[in-house]
Amino acid sequence: MTAKKRKITIAKAMAEAIAHEMRADPGVLVMGEDIAALGGVFGNTRGLLDEFGSERVRDTPISETAFIGAAVGMAAAGMKPVVELMFVDFFGVCMDAIYNLAAKQSYFSGGNVTCPMVLMTSVGGGYGDAGQHSQTLFATFGHLPGLKVVIPSNAYDAKGMMIAAIRDPNPVVFMFHKALQGMGWLGTVQSSVVDVPDEAFEIELGKAAVVRAGRDITIAGLGHTVHLAMDAARELAKAGVEAEVIDLRSVAPIDRATILASVSRTRAFLSVDDDYMSYGVGAELVATVAEAVALKARPQRISYPDIPVPFAPEMEHAVLPSADKIIAAVQSILGEK
Amino acid sequence: MSQENSQRLWMFKTMVVSREFELAIKAAYLEGKQPVFNMAKGPIPGEMHLSNGQEPCAVGVCAHLRPTDAVTSTHRPHHVAIAKGVDIGRMAAEIFGRQEGLSGGRGGHMHLFDAAVNFCCSGIIAQGMGPAVGAAMAARLAGRDDVAVSFIGEGAANQGAFHEALNLAAVWKAPVVFVIEDNAWGISVAKRASTAVSDNSARAASYGIPGVHIPGNDPDLIWEEAGKAIDRARKGGGPTLVEIETVRLEGHFMGDAEGYRPAEEMAGLAQRDAILIYRARLEKEGVAQDVLDDLEHQARQEVTAAIAFARAGKAPTAAQALEKVFA
Repeated sequence: MTAKKRKITIAKAMAEAIAHEMRADPGVLVMGEDIAALGGVFGNTRGLLDEFGSERVRDTPISETAFIGAAVGMAAAGMKPVVELMFVDFFGVCMDAIYNLAAKQSYFSGGNVTCPMVLMTSVGGGYGDAGQHSQTLFATFGHLPGLKVVIPSNAYDAKGMMIAAIRDPNPVVFMFHKALQGMGWLGTVQSSVVDVPDEAFEIELGKAAVVRAGRDITIAGLGHTVHLAMDAARELAKAGVEAEVIDLRSVAPIDRATILASVSRTRAFLSVDDDYMSYGVGAELVATVAEAVALKARPQRISYPDIPVPFAPEMEHAVLPSADKIIAAVQSILGEK
Repeated sequence: MSQENSQRLWMFKTMVVSREFELAIKAAYLEGKQPVFNMAKGPIPGEMHLSNGQEPCAVGVCAHLRPTDAVTSTHRPHHVAIAKGVDIGRMAAEIFGRQEGLSGGRGGHMHLFDAAVNFCCSGIIAQGMGPAVGAAMAARLAGRDDVAVSFIGEGAANQGAFHEALNLAAVWKAPVVFVIEDNAWGISVAKRASTAVSDNSARAASYGIPGVHIPGNDPDLIWEEAGKAIDRARKGGGPTLVEIETVRLEGHFMGDAEGYRPAEEMAGLAQRDAILIYRARLEKEGVAQDVLDDLEHQARQEVTAAIAFARAGKAPTAAQALEKVFA
């Protein structure tokens, strides 16, 4: 029997994945702000309250220190909490529970106490929501040992990665990009809405995907910037430049092997992300590449400048990564060889 | 405490300015977002949290404040900003993301800063409480009798920062007043489902400070009770926690379909409009209709001018995005 093909959004894929795991494992529980009756501000818990009830799908007070701390306690007790904190920008109030508690539970206990929890959170801007609702903070979380940090670029990956995240014995920060989420009121990059099987499946966390093969240069992105890189690659191909595009999918652990395998062939590298540049994803990738491969040209990175996200579109759009910036960077890199 | 008539007329007019401002912002916000609502489109992108219905909290409290008193507000800040005396033209320009805006278009509607009247706000829940304690202490340590007021929503009373700030303010006897605008909803979650006590004012007892519960969304009652708390703070009597029952006439943000809100509550909202109720009271107590009509007219003119100023503003340049990161 072949599964019927159907295209769904990342929001729907996440909700489906959680529902699969809730059916399979009574220890899976969902909590967060506005995740029950509302189904999540970003739609990724829609339908769960109806199917599983308010014992397992819990709206929380605006008390992140308490409920994320509680999730760590539930995880230590053998449950698998899936917790949402609406915007990654909001983690400031409860960071201790994440980076000093969840991230270190395994290490401090010599591996005897695990922390199988998922923290879902939205990232990214581009829609005028300003500096406390538009950050990505990939590197902030990726910098902390003991946390897995992942971000899907499409609905297929979202489902497989969410199932893997729930089954993972470690704390997983599961980021979803607002430009890809599939909420009508935010607009959605249509290439994130893809065929997703009905049944449960896993995508191994920490594995990047080569989403376009090419011989001339390797472009690595994650989340939204994968789509920008693909747009750029299609344009570049018209001029005879074949870019290989890698979807990082995971910030931590970072899949150096896939990157290096690609760059060993192309010997040219560009990273593209929408987090702040300094000490960021691009810095890590460029260092990884520069340490291991003799490149034919100097690598470059496109990231967000080291500024808070501005509100006015004339400023915000100017500093976001774009396909045009990627094309210009590729031409600059390859022109230099 | 007797309340001057001019004070009450100021409260009425300021509430109308706030309402007219929100209605103008609402109309502008929807430009480019119809028929398909996309938050990124139109002259005002991003989230928009309107304060319609909550005007009494702003005017009843701010009537007692001077420009040198500090106010911190929330993601739903316009009514408080207007009552605190923030320049509504520059505020509108900020909301439209123009160079003439309070921060040159960098902050937008959730991040309004006006140093001239010591006003600021933030999109993070309960984040203004600590800074209010700090502003209050700065005034006291400088020998001034200025106070600070921190506005928060009822959902913020479940944040750690709420409890820490209350304790700190109490220990230091800081001249600060914490004002909870209780609109009964934290986005989609009802207060009763998130909060262990029915009145957050009861929580003041945990920190040995006065707690005041104000029912009815009534500008006069708020004016009276807030006045006592602010006066106490100014005279060195320490902090007060005030909780005001108010009404959110709009959704959490523009575009919120409010499916979670009971139909009977939605149906009754229009009858709970504090501005209409207050106008009727003033009329009944003998204020001439002409006087009130004139104040409403002035309010509309001020808002029209502010919106026109904003629309005529210049778009920021890309290079300006890189400025002001550091002082």
